[in-house]
Amino acid sequence: MVVNCEQVWHEVSDYLDGEVGVELRAAMDEHLRACKGCSSLLAGMRNVVSLYGDERMVEAPLGFSYRLQRRLEENSHPTRRTFFGWAVAAAATVLVAGSFEAARSYGLGRTPRSAHAQAGNHVPPDLMVLVYPEGKTFHAAGCPFILDKKNLRPVAAQEAQREGYVPCVRCMKQYLS
Amino acid sequence: MPESATPLGHPARQTSEAELVRRVRDGEHDLFYELIRPYERRVYSAAFAILRNTADAEDAAQEAILKAFKHIRQFREEARFSTWLIQIAVNEARMRRRKDHADLMEPIADRPDESGVYTPRDFADWREIPSEALERKEIREKLAEALASLGEIYREVFVLRDMQHLSIEETAETLEISTASAKTRLLRARLMLRDLLAPGLGGPWMSRLSFEKGAKPW
Repeated sequence: MVVNCEQVWHEVSDYLDGEVGVELRAAMDEHLRACKGCSSLLAGMRNVVSLYGDERMVEAPLGFSYRLQRRLEENSHPTRRTFFGWAVAAAATVLVAGSFEAARSYGLGRTPRSAHAQAGNHVPPDLMVLVYPEGKTFHAAGCPFILDKKNLRPVAAQEAQREGYVPCVRCMKQYLS
Repeated sequence: MPESATPLGHPARQTSEAELVRRVRDGEHDLFYELIRPYERRVYSAAFAILRNTADAEDAAQEAILKAFKHIRQFREEARFSTWLIQIAVNEARMRRRKDHADLMEPIADRPDESGVYTPRDFADWREIPSEALERKEIREKLAEALASLGEIYREVFVLRDMQHLSIEETAETLEISTASAKTRLLRARLMLRDLLAPGLGGPWMSRLSFEKGAKPW
């Protein structure tokens, strides 16, 4: 069996997945050894498949896990849901009202604690972050900048911003632009 | 470090997953998150590949996971839990897309055109893009943009097969198409991506792909 370039282009994906028969595979191997263009095509496709198949290509937004867990919690305890729902709604109303108030006076909240820091953009309001009293920035759990800090307090990002905290340049980088 | 989401997990892990499924079914609802935790990012990314919008994808992913929770009794143990979960996410995302675009015409790029003759765009030497490049966010974003530029029917197959690592049969089943169609679309998707990325790292695609208005090529 002999194959030409067009046949190779047609079968290259199956070839890569090991889904071509023995005879066709042998013919393609033979062609690929001699044809630079087709071997480059195969190399490219192999590279594409390995890049996109990499675990690093699978990303979720910061706070995704937290918000998912909260939603699951609300739904897995139907008896508590009504009360929980009311509590969340009430708290959200207070927060929203508060943030409108703050927004009128200064952007995201009170004057930032650091004159050099940037205010964050599109920080999910209910993202849980960590702050400490003498700090100026808010952090994700596990951020190396807060490993030695005491009195860490978890708080919703919206609340942290209202208190004048700004995103950490290391762990909240994606919200600084 | 995130746990590996590969299907060929450690035997102990597989046992514990089956055990978790059983316990959740038996009413230990609090364990459900433990069960889906290794796959939550994959669920999001499957939804994102279809909806191409972070907020919609997050909503669809949450909804899919809730549906999995509510219907866990329908999960057949001979299937892979991760595949079942991804299939629910894909269905949820596709349903939302249909709802949002019900009044729009199908884009030209998405019309089935699987019989056309393909000629590689750039037939020169392939410039390898090393996997270490994925450490750079801008590279990951550019790859995502290239993928987003493919027509829907190609993108879906590629995402399920090459990013979610479903088998070609599972991919076909999820998308309700024949295995032959899935293979043809996969071939086209891989070829199109290969063409888009052919100039290699730092090549024109790095700037050309940007959808941002006024993006500069340097």
